[in-house]
Amino acid sequence: MRKSLLALAAGLLLAGSVSAASAADKLKVGFIYLGPIGDLGWTYQHELARQALVKELGDKIETTYLENVPEGPDAERAIEQLVRAGNKLIFTTSFGYMDPTLKVAKKYPNVHFEHATGYKRDKNMSTYSAKWYQGRYIQGLIAAKMSKSGVLGYIGSFPIPEVVSGINATILAAQTINPNIKVKIIWANTWFDPGKEADAAKALIDQGADVIMQHTDSPAAMQIASERGKLAFGQDSEMIKFGPKTQLTSILDTWGSYYIERVKAELDGTWKSEDSWGGLDSHMFAMAPYTNMPDDVKKIAEDAQAAITAGKLHPFKCPVIGQDGKEIECKGGANLADGQILGMNFYVKGIDDKLPGK
Amino acid sequence: MQLVLEKRAERSNTIALVSPLIAIGLTIVTMTILFAILGKNPLLALQAYFIAPLTDGYSLQEIAVKATPLVMIAIGLSLCYLANAWNIGAEGQFLIGAVAGSWIAVKTQGTDAGAWVLPAMLVLAAAAGALYALIPAICKVKFGASEILTSLMLVYVADLLLDYLVRGPWRDPNGFNFPTTAEFDPVATVPLLIEGGRLHLGSIIALLVVAAAAILLGRTIKGFEIRVVGAAPRAARFGGFNANQLIILTFAVSGALAGLAGIIEVAGPVGHLQPGISPGYGFTAIIVAFLGRLNQIGILIAGLFLALTFIGGEQAQIAMKIPLDVTKVFQGILLFYVLACDSLILYRFKLVFPNRQVARGAG
Amino acid sequence: MELVEAIILSVLAASTPLLIAATGELVTERAGVLNLGVEGMMIVGAACGFGGAWLTGSIFIGALFGIVAGTLMSLIFALMALGLAVNQVATGLALTILGVGLSGLIGAGFVGERITPATHLHIPGLTDIPLVGRVLFGEDAFVYFSIALIIGVWWFLYRTRAGLILRACGDNHVSAHALGYPVLRIRTLAVMFGGACAGLAGAYLPLAYTPFFIPGMTAGRGWIALALVVFASWRPGRLVIGAYLFGAVTILQLHAQGWGVGIPSQFMSALPYLATVIVLVLLSRARTGGSTAPATLGTVFVPDR
Repeated sequence: MRKSLLALAAGLLLAGSVSAASAADKLKVGFIYLGPIGDLGWTYQHELARQALVKELGDKIETTYLENVPEGPDAERAIEQLVRAGNKLIFTTSFGYMDPTLKVAKKYPNVHFEHATGYKRDKNMSTYSAKWYQGRYIQGLIAAKMSKSGVLGYIGSFPIPEVVSGINATILAAQTINPNIKVKIIWANTWFDPGKEADAAKALIDQGADVIMQHTDSPAAMQIASERGKLAFGQDSEMIKFGPKTQLTSILDTWGSYYIERVKAELDGTWKSEDSWGGLDSHMFAMAPYTNMPDDVKKIAEDAQAAITAGKLHPFKCPVIGQDGKEIECKGGANLADGQILGMNFYVKGIDDKLPGK
Repeated sequence: MQLVLEKRAERSNTIALVSPLIAIGLTIVTMTILFAILGKNPLLALQAYFIAPLTDGYSLQEIAVKATPLVMIAIGLSLCYLANAWNIGAEGQFLIGAVAGSWIAVKTQGTDAGAWVLPAMLVLAAAAGALYALIPAICKVKFGASEILTSLMLVYVADLLLDYLVRGPWRDPNGFNFPTTAEFDPVATVPLLIEGGRLHLGSIIALLVVAAAAILLGRTIKGFEIRVVGAAPRAARFGGFNANQLIILTFAVSGALAGLAGIIEVAGPVGHLQPGISPGYGFTAIIVAFLGRLNQIGILIAGLFLALTFIGGEQAQIAMKIPLDVTKVFQGILLFYVLACDSLILYRFKLVFPNRQVARGAG
Repeated sequence: MELVEAIILSVLAASTPLLIAATGELVTERAGVLNLGVEGMMIVGAACGFGGAWLTGSIFIGALFGIVAGTLMSLIFALMALGLAVNQVATGLALTILGVGLSGLIGAGFVGERITPATHLHIPGLTDIPLVGRVLFGEDAFVYFSIALIIGVWWFLYRTRAGLILRACGDNHVSAHALGYPVLRIRTLAVMFGGACAGLAGAYLPLAYTPFFIPGMTAGRGWIALALVVFASWRPGRLVIGAYLFGAVTILQLHAQGWGVGIPSQFMSALPYLATVIVLVLLSRARTGGSTAPATLGTVFVPDR
């Protein structure tokens, strides 16, 4: 019995070399999602972008996604499954897929990969991300204008540079309006736990914050701010539904145009490995309508948005003063260099908190 | 009318062979209905789940990779459960093993440390897993504290310890603050068996573990003691077997195997230490142990079978856009049917109609 | 001082789902059944609870949906673990897998929808008393219900004959059976009660805490409820303390960050679990020769006829 089972398995192994490579003439594009497509945040926005892609190029491509793929030992297999299913361009949409994507990319040099928010690239592996700190800067201006208590509440996920640079951009902007502005920061240590995000928002409000900003994914904080009659900014997606009188604006991840652009390049045969780090000028993200604020604040926000888009205003214009009072070395000429922002590991002056792990 | 179980005089060997088939048959019927409701072609769906992954070498390799930690942990757990010791904290022992082994990898990173690194990691991971498992075992033996619950609590502690280490002291200095250690050096990595594949040495180790457990239980006195203590505690006491000593022993062995599985997973498929290295292996392995009826070959088959449903679930998602949630429902239903049908080995089901006469008389 | 009141309010809200789910599991375990599927029953309760409230616009009906969903889930468990004498640990784990999948399927229909959350009590005068007003007279119905529930369970377990019989089933099912009590039927009822509570606790999250449904929103609270039962050493009074203590640690850890206290949050988070192990050891030690757990917890019982 056991022997025959082994023989059967061996036979299957041999037969396995002929894999099912279907000869569809449509370009196959695959996506790996971290969360469920209904998370209302990060994964949801990627899914909306995929739908936009299908709407635009649906007659030329076929898309597939795998949702809820944990950033652990299973990620590499999930990516490879997409490759083996014939996908020629694969978007891996979370930081934790970086090493698995790289491994699979090395194995399949003829397949192209696009990894979101990472820093490792290869001949057939691009990275893409957005300069969200630009949006945070605008939010900082609005927050300082709208806050009566002069205390902002900030819910962080993890102290990675993307989040830290967002906090710094916020406070730098706020200081131009109110030099004494304070920010209270709570690390939720999760991207996604609505209950905990709500608890963090409550704690911040209870400690005196009246404008809540979040770098976590669910609309829970918006909801709490709305209940308490405070103001808040959305994250990733449009959250006005959860705070019609609360949301000032939201940083919307709008990957759609990037996905369409890259898929078009793939169809034309002009795809090459790139590092796309798009700002407000690139449609990589957008600001939701400015709501629940007086016209003069709205004007400040719109002017800042226009100036940033036109390249006239840079949130990290030198000199940037660190928490210790020393000036940060200015490696990018008039502004901090992109590398300094991408690896940001310090707080600017005016934040009286300690960066975890420092 | 009432469903009543009646214990069979001896376990039915016929049903032992037939019951998995009944279970699979029931699952297929249930899922066919579910797929039909969801508007998917049931035949194609079942083909994607069960058949497709078995027809190419790549998927078979992936099944083996996925089954490796499950089988290794489940073998250890089966020893515990046979001896009536309820370790359900294998997830924690897995994580502690991963942490302990990674310690060597992190500390030797970038040095010219030689081939001793990987073996040392494996040994340390097994030792750490064993020690961590001894906490609930000793609490049980010395104080009578329920090992089910203490071992479960320690899972969270291990999880948070790992979280702290990779966000703090062990974080990759060049990793932009992301919570992960640097990639392990080649000497700290589990070697692959097939160039370009993912099958690694760990799968061979898992097979050796299966064989060793079979020999231990089938051919040694200790194995006999374990079985007797579990099956007939009173007889064991008369026989002079020390039940407490066996609790300690089986917990240590299962902890060591879980710890070993942990470091193999980290130094193998993952390549660095990070949070989320285990998608619940320690808990899934409990199910594997029971699906395998606490028998070594059974566990091997059950581990491979469960791995098949994971791989098949992904392929069904790709090929037929079947949501992942359906795969979870499918796994849940399958487990229920298999466990329920296995109950037939020991019991006979009977429908009983209560005697109204008596009922009235008693009322 | 207002801050203290605010913190207490947050703690109560955070503890309530834990308390409700743990109360149910406590009764289940006192009857001798270990149902590890709390997380699975909770998440299905959350999905169905939200669905019910969204369809009807009534929080009350939503809560009922949650209760029914949790009970139905627990019936699957009862059929398996009690009816067919399958191992309880394995069944509970399988139930969690099933529940996570089912909730995703059920919830897919109303992703992105929101409802008006449960209202808070407001008694003019009383609710406005400084410091204690909102804590005592300004909660939502679930909070009051959870307290009534645990008092009811305490009264039932220790002051009624039925409670005594239930405990007897948990402590020695053979004797209980010999005395003529229908052990399996009692256990089935206890399991159903546990399921109803877990379903309600799950429903609390989308109905009162964060009024939308997102897959996976229970985020491990079912497992914490299991830990709490142990921490409480199967006593209702200690369960209340445990649940609020746990909620307090969670909330205070967030506040500590806001104040800029630099303890690694992982240590704070690990404390309750370590405390549970220590409490369990101390309690077991105090009663030499046996633990305080129901003696037959998790073991299969098949009555011989």
